[in-house]
Amino acid sequence: MDIWNILEYVAWALSAMFGALMLINLIRIDTTYDNELLTSSREGEIEVTAERHQI
Amino acid sequence: MANVTATAPATERLQLLRVLGPAHIWALGVGIVLVGEYMGWNFSVGKGGMIAGLAACWVAGLLYTCVAMIDSKVTSTIAAAGGQYAQAKHIVGPLMAFNVGLFLVMAYTMLEAANAITVGYLLDTVAGMMGHTGLNQKPFIILSIMFLAWLNFRGVLATLTFNLVITAIAFLAIIALFVSVQLGASAVPMDFSAITTSPLPYGWIGIVAALHFGLWYYLGIEGTCQAAEEVRSPARSLPYGTMAGIMTLLIAATMTWYVCSGLLPWEYLGQAGTPLFDAARVTGNTGLMVLLFVGTMFSTLASANGCINDASRAWFSMGRDRYLPSWFGAVHPVYRTPYRSIVFLVPIALIFALGAPLDQVVTFSILSGLLGYTFMTFNMVMFRRKWPLDTIKRGYVHPLHPLPVIVLLTLCAAAYFAVFLGYGTQLSAMMCFYIVASLWFHFRRYRFVRRGDQFTMPWPKPLGY
Repeated sequence: MDIWNILEYVAWALSAMFGALMLINLIRIDTTYDNELLTSSREGEIEVTAERHQI
Repeated sequence: MANVTATAPATERLQLLRVLGPAHIWALGVGIVLVGEYMGWNFSVGKGGMIAGLAACWVAGLLYTCVAMIDSKVTSTIAAAGGQYAQAKHIVGPLMAFNVGLFLVMAYTMLEAANAITVGYLLDTVAGMMGHTGLNQKPFIILSIMFLAWLNFRGVLATLTFNLVITAIAFLAIIALFVSVQLGASAVPMDFSAITTSPLPYGWIGIVAALHFGLWYYLGIEGTCQAAEEVRSPARSLPYGTMAGIMTLLIAATMTWYVCSGLLPWEYLGQAGTPLFDAARVTGNTGLMVLLFVGTMFSTLASANGCINDASRAWFSMGRDRYLPSWFGAVHPVYRTPYRSIVFLVPIALIFALGAPLDQVVTFSILSGLLGYTFMTFNMVMFRRKWPLDTIKRGYVHPLHPLPVIVLLTLCAAAYFAVFLGYGTQLSAMMCFYIVASLWFHFRRYRFVRRGDQFTMPWPKPLGY
C-alpha cells in the first residue's frame, strides 16, 4: 500500500465526516427551531429599510 | 444552542447575513470562471486553429462584457438572492422566473460536478507522474464536493474569503507564467509560426465552431448577482466586483491564449486536458510547473465553491417564493446560510460527477448559461421600458443602451449555432426538459405561490400599467 492508497482511504473518511457534520447539524436545527422561524426570511428587506427607489 | 423549541415572534425574521464587500464579489465571479482559463478554452483552438481560438476569446469577451454591464445595472437595482431569478420575477413574470431559476441551478450544479471530475483527473495525473497507476478518483471527487458544501453550510464570509485567497493565487500564477516566459525563463522559445502556416485550418466556419469553447473563458461571471442579498452595499459592491471581475478575466484570457499558443503546437493544444499546466511543463522550469499545478487545483476548487454558493441561493430563493416547496427557503439560525438548499443539492452534484461524462456535463452547463444570457437581453429591454431612467434609483447605469443588448443577442445566436454544430442532440434534449418543467410549474405548482408576496421591490407602477 503506497501513499495514494492511504490518501484514498483518508478522502473516503473525510467525505463521510463532512457529510455527517452537515446532516447532524441539519437535523439538530430542524428539531430545535420552529419551521416558521427558519423559513421566515423575506426578500427585499434592505429596500424597505434603507432605499426608497425614488429620485 | 438552546435545547428547547424556539418559536418565532411576529416581527423576528432570519435573514441571510450582510457581510460581503466588493472583493468577495470579485472572488465569487472570477473564482467560478478562472478554471476556464486553466482548461476547456483550448478546444476552441482544436475547432478552428490558433486565430479562431483568439477570435473566440475576444468575441466571447465582448459577449460577457455585455452580460456584466447588463447584470451590474439590473442587480444593483434588484438586490436579492437568486440574482437573475429575482430580476425575471419582477420584470418579466413568474413562468420566466421559474425557468431562469432552473437555468441557474442547472448551470451551476453541472459546473460544480465538472469541477469535481477535474479534481479527480488532476490527482490521477499527479499520481501517474509519481508512478502510481489506477488511482480511484471517486473518493477525491466526493471529498471536494462534501468539503466545499460543508464550508458553504458554515457561512458565506468564510466561504468567499477562502475563494478570494485561492482565486488570487490562481490568477497570479497565470501572470507569473506570462512574465517568466517574457523574461526568458522558458527552455523552449515562443513560436507563433502556425498563424501564417495554417491560419484557418477549417476555414471561417472554424471560427464559429470555436465560439462554443470560447465561452469557457468567462462562463459564470454573471454568478456575482447571487450574492446580492449578502453584500453590505449592493448598489456599490455588485457593479464594482462584477466589472473588476470581467476586466480580470479579459486580461487572464488573453495572456492564457498568448502563452499557450506560443509554447504548445496548436494540434496538441486543441485537445490538451490542462493547457496552462502543460505550457508550464514545456518551459522546463520546476517552480513554474508546481505553481501552475497549484493554480489549476485552486481554480477548480474556487469554481466548485462558487457554484455551490450560487446554485443554493437560486434554489433557496425559489423555495422562499414557493416556486418550489417552501422547506427549501429556510435560513440557518446560527450560520445564516440557506442550509437545506445546500444539503439538498449535494447528492444531485454527486450523481452528475460520478455518473456522467465530463463533456456532456459541461455542455449542459453551457446550454443552461446560454439560455440565461438570452433571457438577459429582453429582460433588459423590458426593464428600461417599464421603469425608465428617471423613475427608480439605480446603483449603476450601463452606457450605450441598447447596443449591449443587441450585441449580446447576436452573439448568443452565433453561440447557439456553434453549440448546435457539435451538440445538437443535447441542445434539443435540454429544450425539452425546460418545456416539461414549465408545464409542470404552470399546471401543478403555481397554485401554491403567494402571488402578491413575491414582488418585493418598493417601486412605482411600471410605465403603461
